[in-house]
Amino acid sequence: MPVYEPWDSKRGAEIIAENSHIEGPTLVILHALQEAFGYVPEAAIPMVAEALNLSRAEVHGTFTFYHDFRHKPAGKHVLKLCRAEACQAAGGDKVAARAEAKLGVKIGNTTADERVTLEPIYCLGLCATAPSAMLDGRVVGMLDEARIDALIAEAQR
Amino acid sequence: MSVRIFIPRDAGAVAVGADETVAAIEQAAAQRNAAIEIVRTGSRGLYWLEPMVEVATPKGRVAYGPVKEADAASVLDAILKDGPHPLRQGLTEEIPWLKRQTRLTFARCGIIDPRSVDDYRDHDGYKGLERALSLTSDAILADVTRSGLRGRGGAGFPTGIKWKTVAQTSAEQKYIVCNADEGDSGTFADRMIMEGDPFVVIEGMTIAGITVRATKGYIYIRSEYPHAVEAMKAAIAAGRRAGTLGKAICGSKHDFDLEVRVGAGAYVCGEETSLLESLEGRRGIVRAKPPLPAHKGLFGKPTVINNVLSFAAIPFILAGGAKAYADFGMGRSRGTMPIQLAGNVKFGGLFETAFGITLGELVDDIAGGTFTGRPVRAVQVGGPLGAYFPRALFDTPFDYEAFAARDGLIGHAGIVVFDDTVDMAKQARFAMEFCAVESCGKCTPCRIGSTRGVETIDKIRAGERVEQNLAVVEDLCNTMKFGSLCALGGFTPYPVMSALKHFREDFGPAPTSLQAAE
Repeated sequence: MPVYEPWDSKRGAEIIAENSHIEGPTLVILHALQEAFGYVPEAAIPMVAEALNLSRAEVHGTFTFYHDFRHKPAGKHVLKLCRAEACQAAGGDKVAARAEAKLGVKIGNTTADERVTLEPIYCLGLCATAPSAMLDGRVVGMLDEARIDALIAEAQR
Repeated sequence: MSVRIFIPRDAGAVAVGADETVAAIEQAAAQRNAAIEIVRTGSRGLYWLEPMVEVATPKGRVAYGPVKEADAASVLDAILKDGPHPLRQGLTEEIPWLKRQTRLTFARCGIIDPRSVDDYRDHDGYKGLERALSLTSDAILADVTRSGLRGRGGAGFPTGIKWKTVAQTSAEQKYIVCNADEGDSGTFADRMIMEGDPFVVIEGMTIAGITVRATKGYIYIRSEYPHAVEAMKAAIAAGRRAGTLGKAICGSKHDFDLEVRVGAGAYVCGEETSLLESLEGRRGIVRAKPPLPAHKGLFGKPTVINNVLSFAAIPFILAGGAKAYADFGMGRSRGTMPIQLAGNVKFGGLFETAFGITLGELVDDIAGGTFTGRPVRAVQVGGPLGAYFPRALFDTPFDYEAFAARDGLIGHAGIVVFDDTVDMAKQARFAMEFCAVESCGKCTPCRIGSTRGVETIDKIRAGERVEQNLAVVEDLCNTMKFGSLCALGGFTPYPVMSALKHFREDFGPAPTSLQAAE
């Protein structure tokens, strides 16, 4: 389970400063902020803009373009199910429906107890061992009923 | 002497338990007081046998697979006694699925330790770079051109011409960019080579650097590939220590260094100009061409941007293999293609072979049909933007032009197999929906066309004015195909129209039966 620091503007400023000297730093900084805090706090956007001499709109635009960047913290565990064609062909729809039913949320949402965020992902490159998923950065392939159940039980612990 | 055992660290192997197998074998060895050394390699690409465990023997490596955690102890016993085991596959190189291949780009993948420069060198690594360092830029370009290599990302543009354009453009700073944003479902060759033989990518990029006189390169890897990111970073660090990256590489007058950048989940960033925007820190909005990246690319500087597999093909070509490479293939598709067999297949994985093999051979013979045992109904070739092929077109040879002639594309050579339970109207809807979600929004045909496409296919699936709405879909596809800025909007019509053309019955009642009903 990933552990994140609570948002702290001083720490945020350090992270921004560490990366602002490189070429094309915006995505690198946004990734670093999310790695530290689990999401990119709104307060960080004007700080990035100022450090890089960009407009706030430009940084906001970059931040909102990419699926990866979070506006708020995810659940304790993040379960990403591959929903792309190779996994669809290998029974991914059933696995996804089962995960939704077990967790009681639709893909794209977090359980009420904030333990599990269930997300779609479009291809983990595990297409020869489909269907596949990723739980907190750990990859799992050849999902069947038993394996998805085990994965969900692990996420709920 | 300790027994050398090889187990992949490839994400595909890890996803089916390779790490657990390693731990179990280590534990079993400790209990037996057996001296073993486990080397974590890339994958050989025979994924139905993963986790595959190989052991070095005087005759060559012997494979066992799939070795689950529970099989580890008995497999270790078989290894130590050189005895029989139900999972024993014999000499790895003799496994027919592997033996039938022509592995030029993937020659080392699954064999070497991807963290070791020395292991790479011991397996013919850096021979291409060494030779390139002794050649003029023109001589390198001549080799690349002679090989007939075309961009392996999907567009198939001749690599030699691209490099020559950058070489001939003068600028203080030029860049080499590796497109490792392998977002197409059904493709994983980039991931495999980065995880299993990262130095071959680095070597290819370095050769590009010295050819066009660029001193800096970036590898843009999608965030969905954390194992590849880790592997490339480790290899770059090892390359710097070994002097093959950095200042005065290999004692020459050339400087070349590399950096890994991680994407953030935007499919469109696999499009080269969108990728460059993303690298620069902006929204991944596609740029209008011209100017070409070769003239004005990253940060407005001349840039070679190629796919991972294009760079990975270069070392073999430069190590004196240009003619040998060109001798493989058919028509204008020269060399080999690492084909990826995925989805509902019995034997999925990486099959590198010369162009010209037919789709039917690949699906029925090599992939062995479906793992569900049901008949193959449709095959999508080339990712989410590739066409669906019915069995009737299985005689199509794997070749850029042959696929184009049948309204398809080979793209990045991913093949996704579906059995007869597939609903092709649903697949067509998915293609439109994916395009709508992933569109960068710059051009109208892609942004709006895809959304209207989803709505219209929904109407068709609900049985609402089927014929008229099918005509609307066709019209939308035409507008998207010819009016979009890049391949996302431009190629989404391929899966949609092929589904419609070859699997019309999935889109509601055909006109005749409709009239009969009336």
